[in-house]
Amino acid sequence: MDTFVQQLINGLTIGSIYALIALGYTMVYGILRLINFAHGDIYMVGAYAGFMLAVALGFSGEPSAFGFAVTLIGAMAIAAAIGMAIERFAYRPVRKYSKMTTLITAIGMSLLIEYLFIFFFSPTPRSFPQLLPVGSVTLFGNATISTSQILIFVVSLLLMGLLQWIIFRTKMGKAMRAVSFNITSAKLMGINTDFVIAFTFALGSALAAAGGVLTAQYNPKIDPLMGIMTGLKAFVAAVLGGIGNIPGAVLGGLLIGAAETLVVGYGGYIGIPSTYRDAVAFAILIVVLLVRPAGLLGSNIQEKV
Amino acid sequence: MTRVFLAFSLAASVFLSFACIEKGGNTPTADTGNTIKVGVYVDLTGATSSFGQSTKNGIELAIDEVNAAGGVNGKKIQLVIEDDQGRTEQAKTVVEKLIKQDKVVAVLGEVASSNSLAAAPVAQEAKIPMITPSSTNPTVTQKGDYIFRVCFLDDFQGSSMAKFAANTLKAKTAAILGDVNSDYSKGLTEFFEKEFTKLGGKVVAKEAYTQTDPDFKGQLTKIRNLNPDVIYVPGYYGQVGIIARQARELSMNMPLLGGDGWDSPQLWSLGGEALKNTFITNHYTADDPNPVIQNFVKAYKAKFGGVSPDSLAALAYDAAKVLADAIKRAGGTDSAKLRDAINATKDFAGVTGVISINAERNAIKPAVILEVKPDTKQLLVKETIYPEGMTAPATTTANSNTNANMNTMANGNTNTNTNANSNANR
Repeated sequence: MDTFVQQLINGLTIGSIYALIALGYTMVYGILRLINFAHGDIYMVGAYAGFMLAVALGFSGEPSAFGFAVTLIGAMAIAAAIGMAIERFAYRPVRKYSKMTTLITAIGMSLLIEYLFIFFFSPTPRSFPQLLPVGSVTLFGNATISTSQILIFVVSLLLMGLLQWIIFRTKMGKAMRAVSFNITSAKLMGINTDFVIAFTFALGSALAAAGGVLTAQYNPKIDPLMGIMTGLKAFVAAVLGGIGNIPGAVLGGLLIGAAETLVVGYGGYIGIPSTYRDAVAFAILIVVLLVRPAGLLGSNIQEKV
Repeated sequence: MTRVFLAFSLAASVFLSFACIEKGGNTPTADTGNTIKVGVYVDLTGATSSFGQSTKNGIELAIDEVNAAGGVNGKKIQLVIEDDQGRTEQAKTVVEKLIKQDKVVAVLGEVASSNSLAAAPVAQEAKIPMITPSSTNPTVTQKGDYIFRVCFLDDFQGSSMAKFAANTLKAKTAAILGDVNSDYSKGLTEFFEKEFTKLGGKVVAKEAYTQTDPDFKGQLTKIRNLNPDVIYVPGYYGQVGIIARQARELSMNMPLLGGDGWDSPQLWSLGGEALKNTFITNHYTADDPNPVIQNFVKAYKAKFGGVSPDSLAALAYDAAKVLADAIKRAGGTDSAKLRDAINATKDFAGVTGVISINAERNAIKPAVILEVKPDTKQLLVKETIYPEGMTAPATTTANSNTNANMNTMANGNTNTNTNANSNANR
């Protein structure tokens, strides 16, 4: 029993990260019907921004909650700025052409970010400094939860709550929902759609950066290509939950994270080797798409942002 | 009209430049003139780029020293270095380029066995000798009679660690957590398990991970249930530090064992305090007080801005020196003669121990078991394990700091009872 709980905690930890990144995919899709393939790389950019901040401001020496908060918020701000810049200079100029053009631009953007980082920061993995004291709490029996895992749960819950508040309780959120319904009508109603789109990119990028910094506390190896696989899984999570649907992205992320860890833990009993964790994530996606093409929570009448 | 003219002249110039390459390529060997070209292919920008960088540095240092001493046979050695990005297909391509385009007389590389395995057939086909400094998978040199290595093999490395675990650590049960996509990791797993079982131990779990796994807690939690005495993690530095960290977070405090893939300056920051109570097999350690090693460490640090050479740099240095020595003995760069000269290498005093190349084109040399000390960032020699049948010379490097080996040497023929003494030591 305690082993099962332990595996579940491990799975939900990664799942929370996937959920944070999936939110960005789903919000951009909800507004622009664009799969922003560079989003996984923003997660990497966030981790690097956090790394640079922590080192430059000297937080790497002694762990403190203040240092962590500054690093996290700083990284989120930097990634938000970069996300907005990408939207402004790469996507906006081609938005008026076909969807395919924007999609291919996004793929190009993804590769550009990856290789720019390899060029400037070298491909050598770096070790993210420990910003909070390490330790673990025993829940019961053998089941333990480490401080970095608690941190991931708490921060991602807070951020998801904050996002929910922004979307449903603020004027900006209302504008975002309006744009996702119908961009032309929203424009006619006097909404500055360009600004709303830029804001959406900023929001998504900030969440991905938070995911990057949090992951780096859990698995402190960061490298310029770390966003590829994680980004892909988060994309799967977004599609699984119903792309364009915010609770769906969170649900999808948690499901994918739990599923892959349970495959590692128990797949052996039903003949699935533990290294098939990625294959299983994608297999789940295929099955869900066959049964429910709109994803678990997605439907045409659902409110989309 | 201008446009047509431009297009035409462009096409013509492209054609001409190819023609030039073709013409340049017609020269029979790279040996003409005053330089001898030697190709190097390593990973400079991929996932194991720390290995590639060290290897490149080690080779450069060795060749600089050879050239400063007048070169070989009155000619300087010129290095042609290619980056294979740590990808097998790229390794094959760049070695083809080195041989066909640059006309190198020999090739040095790779570190990762998978990449060496991909490139070896190319060198063999072209009959260009290839020396891998540090690929330990047994099948690498089986690719043909032009493929050599200056390091020990996975079977020896894996079984040495099994001996250490069973005899010195008195482990009865072990779990193995290996990298599923690496030939190196698979080789070590196989030979560790074989020897450990032979010595009466039991491997209770064999788990695997891939390099892109976001965490390793799933596998570790599974292993924790079986509570093994030791965990063998035959992976590369990028993952093992995190594995150690996450194992300790799950309050698994048993010794972790590894191989030479752990040896990287990156290990310290990735693993941190979690690296306490871990042991690895390795070729050498820069913390060895032996003067031969300390001189090499000093020269290396002077050339590369104070960076301490890891074992890959040391092996690369030895590989380049062995090659230079063979070119000298062959009296030229005729590929068959050069091959025979490399194969005839005997008792070559390298920084990673005394190297002799056997009929299977492998190096016969001892391995050291190192204890990882995260506090001081040092790898300290715990004991030295000699291959079956090797009589260690009276002044081997390891003796200066561990008397654990004296016994083995007096014994002369075996490595299994190294530990009687080292236990008393501790």
